[in-house]
Amino acid sequence: MQSQLPIYPEQASNFAPHVDALMFFITAVCVFFAVAVTIAIIVCFFKYHRKSASEIGVSFHGDSRLETAWIVVPLLLAMVMFAWGAIVYVNYRRTPSDTLDIYVIGKQWMWKAQQPTGLREINELHVPVGRNVKLILASEDVIHDFYVPAFRVKMDVVPGHYNTMWFRPTKVGRYHFFCSQYCGTNHAVMGGWVTVMEPAEYAAWLSGSTGEANPVAEGEKLFAEKACNTCHFGSGLGRAPSLNGVYGAKVLLADGSTVTADDAYIRESILQPSAKIVAGYQPLMPTFQGQLTEEQILALTAYVKSLESQPVPAKGAGIGPSKGAK
Amino acid sequence: MSAPPTSPGHQLPREHYLNSTYGIRSWLLTTDHKRIALLYLVSVTFFFFIGGLFATMIRIHLLTPTGYLVTPETYNRLFTMHGVAMIFFFLIPSIPAVLGNFLIPLMIGAKDLAFPKINLLSWYIYLVGGCFVLYSFSTGGLDTGWTFYTPLSSVYSNSAVTPAVIGIFINGFSSILTGLNFVVTIHTMRAPGLTWFRMPLFVWAHYATSIIFILGTPVIAISLLLVGLERMFHLGFFNPALGGDPILFQHLFWFYSHPAVYIMILPAMGVISEIVPTFARKPIFGYSFIAGSSIAIAVIGFFVWAHHMFLTGESTYAALAFSLLSYLVAIPSAVKVFNWTSTLYKGSISYDTPMLYALGFIGLFLIGGLTGLFLACLGLDIHIHDTYFVVAHFHYIMVGGAVMGYVGGLHFWWPKITGRLYPEFMARTAAVILFLGFNLTFFPQFILGYLGMPRRYHTYPPEFQVFNVMSTAGASILALGYLLPMIYLTWSMRYGKVAGPNPWPATGLEWKTPSPPITENFPVTPEVDWEPYDFAHRPDISLTPSTPSLAPAHGDD
Repeated sequence: MQSQLPIYPEQASNFAPHVDALMFFITAVCVFFAVAVTIAIIVCFFKYHRKSASEIGVSFHGDSRLETAWIVVPLLLAMVMFAWGAIVYVNYRRTPSDTLDIYVIGKQWMWKAQQPTGLREINELHVPVGRNVKLILASEDVIHDFYVPAFRVKMDVVPGHYNTMWFRPTKVGRYHFFCSQYCGTNHAVMGGWVTVMEPAEYAAWLSGSTGEANPVAEGEKLFAEKACNTCHFGSGLGRAPSLNGVYGAKVLLADGSTVTADDAYIRESILQPSAKIVAGYQPLMPTFQGQLTEEQILALTAYVKSLESQPVPAKGAGIGPSKGAK
Repeated sequence: MSAPPTSPGHQLPREHYLNSTYGIRSWLLTTDHKRIALLYLVSVTFFFFIGGLFATMIRIHLLTPTGYLVTPETYNRLFTMHGVAMIFFFLIPSIPAVLGNFLIPLMIGAKDLAFPKINLLSWYIYLVGGCFVLYSFSTGGLDTGWTFYTPLSSVYSNSAVTPAVIGIFINGFSSILTGLNFVVTIHTMRAPGLTWFRMPLFVWAHYATSIIFILGTPVIAISLLLVGLERMFHLGFFNPALGGDPILFQHLFWFYSHPAVYIMILPAMGVISEIVPTFARKPIFGYSFIAGSSIAIAVIGFFVWAHHMFLTGESTYAALAFSLLSYLVAIPSAVKVFNWTSTLYKGSISYDTPMLYALGFIGLFLIGGLTGLFLACLGLDIHIHDTYFVVAHFHYIMVGGAVMGYVGGLHFWWPKITGRLYPEFMARTAAVILFLGFNLTFFPQFILGYLGMPRRYHTYPPEFQVFNVMSTAGASILALGYLLPMIYLTWSMRYGKVAGPNPWPATGLEWKTPSPPITENFPVTPEVDWEPYDFAHRPDISLTPSTPSLAPAHGDD
């Protein structure tokens, strides 16, 4: 642990050393300039102090070489800061493919997380050490922000669409997470703890909890309750495309373009069905905007995801040709 | 006191703008830019007082981790109203509407602004907007944060959002009209001989600021109006449940509110560019670079807004572009700092109060500006965005920069405004107290932010307490630093020593008329045949070169 008065939080993710290195570099450059200017001011202040009441200074108006120097040198240093920062950021925004996916929903003023097995937590998040973790973030109401200082990561949680963030915990322990986008009365208490566990412990923890609804089963139930299954036949013979194998595949749309059927696409197709019409189908589906909670949408998504391994019918799948080419 | 050579034996002019007419009507219906400036002075001080009161309560509340003073609901209202009062009703109008209003016509040798009645109208619009906002404060308050992020502000907040956004909408027109007035005045009313590159840098800075007023303010006005419409009539602009996009609001809001930061800091930079050469008694180093950098800041400042939104899920390409542009806008600010510092070299530097404020400004602005480089850095912003690091950064710019510039400028031109000098020793003490108190208040917040304390928290984990206590201690010193000038400046209006027309002395046209000036500013239209800040060729100022005709080596010109 650190001293009594730490000046940086613990480093507990793959990003922490990179962000701290950036911090160190920019601080060093800035301290150099701040000290240089401050010393120059203090020295001039005393050295050129007015000696007599009517004394004036020596006139000179500028120096273009100096001006060029103090435009070009800071510009170069700024470009280094920009490029280095861009590398870290792009790495953060580009999620690797082998992630453990956890859904996180923010609502005034609590966080709900759902592990891949369907296990639910409130204001707690358990993750295994050394594994790439992706959080899929949704909000029930206003904008929130999921922030783990020890991991040096945060991402806004915006109502109306999914954001994702990822990290790889590197150190077992318990770390604060906060809501860092002001969200109303109890914004300050909308936080909790991330527990980073050894993989074996994590697996034991996951299997040790029982009584939770499986999101796939819940989704399947909803799929029938909301009468989705009256059009979306697995056989591809219904009025709507079959959803077998669609998750993660390319879908050919009526306007000729294709789109990858990811979580965001499925969410949009449920809430605003007419936004992207699959080629060969009529815009018949009603909107489910306002009729499903974020959690129900996640359950439906989990169900659609579970159909990934089902046999894809030859006709009526809506899956674009690019999948076949792959 | 480093006795200004002209002090003894001065008398106030028999007739001047303050005593030419009497009565409440002569003030409320005045079209004299100097009187309107004083009306603004009183009203922005009022809002500064309100905002300061909220800030005091915030700092007391944060002394302990669980919160000391108020409920979460009240705390959220306090920081929101602190922000709204300070930004829209103090910082944005402070230097332009008080000092700019008073000085621009004097500095360019004009009788008044181009549209004196519109100038008065601006003040009344400001008052009407202010009344709406005060109504909001006193009937339920406002708890959306000064940023009004949707859908919190447009749907979920249970506070008086509608009157507040109407007030800010109305107040926007005051800024737009002031900006128009300044631009037209600067273009058309300069005295003979006062070419663009002979203008005081204060005027250049206000020219740049006016451009932002005119181009930026309509956008904030319209976006807050949309928030009001969504709130009142459930039109779906930003609420996703109605098909709106909450992120759209942030784009609109920051399109104005980032340039608004430059509205606050550019005029302060103008003040510093006047004070430094005056108290170093030499021409400013790199005049055209300082003037040009004001324009560059105003222009590039319009293209950096989405750096407030790196973590909203905006596209990576947009983030890259906005980070790059944010680094570019840092360069003109750096150029100014280097030029002010170089102006000190081989000067004849005095310890007068305005100079202390100016040097304090440079130090604090340096820290505020440099920490902007941390936030513009994409990788680092992932961690420090929306933490106390941001709070510290913008307070260094807005309080350390803009307010120091404003208070320094008030001291510098106080003899011109009132005709009297303030008590010099007391003023120097206050300047030092302000500087120390400010740093103690806000420097610990950088560390708090890096440790991960998010902003707008009424309660926080106990490990953050030490830095919060330091910050609150600093705030109490800072409060003293603000109270002192309010007291002695008010006192000096009646009891201060008579200043005479040019007590420092300084080179600008505003110092070539009596203090306080007559209503028409100048008895006859002045003509300018000198270069700006040139003490060496100004027999009328009667100062002598210290080391006469020391053959300059090289590079001195």
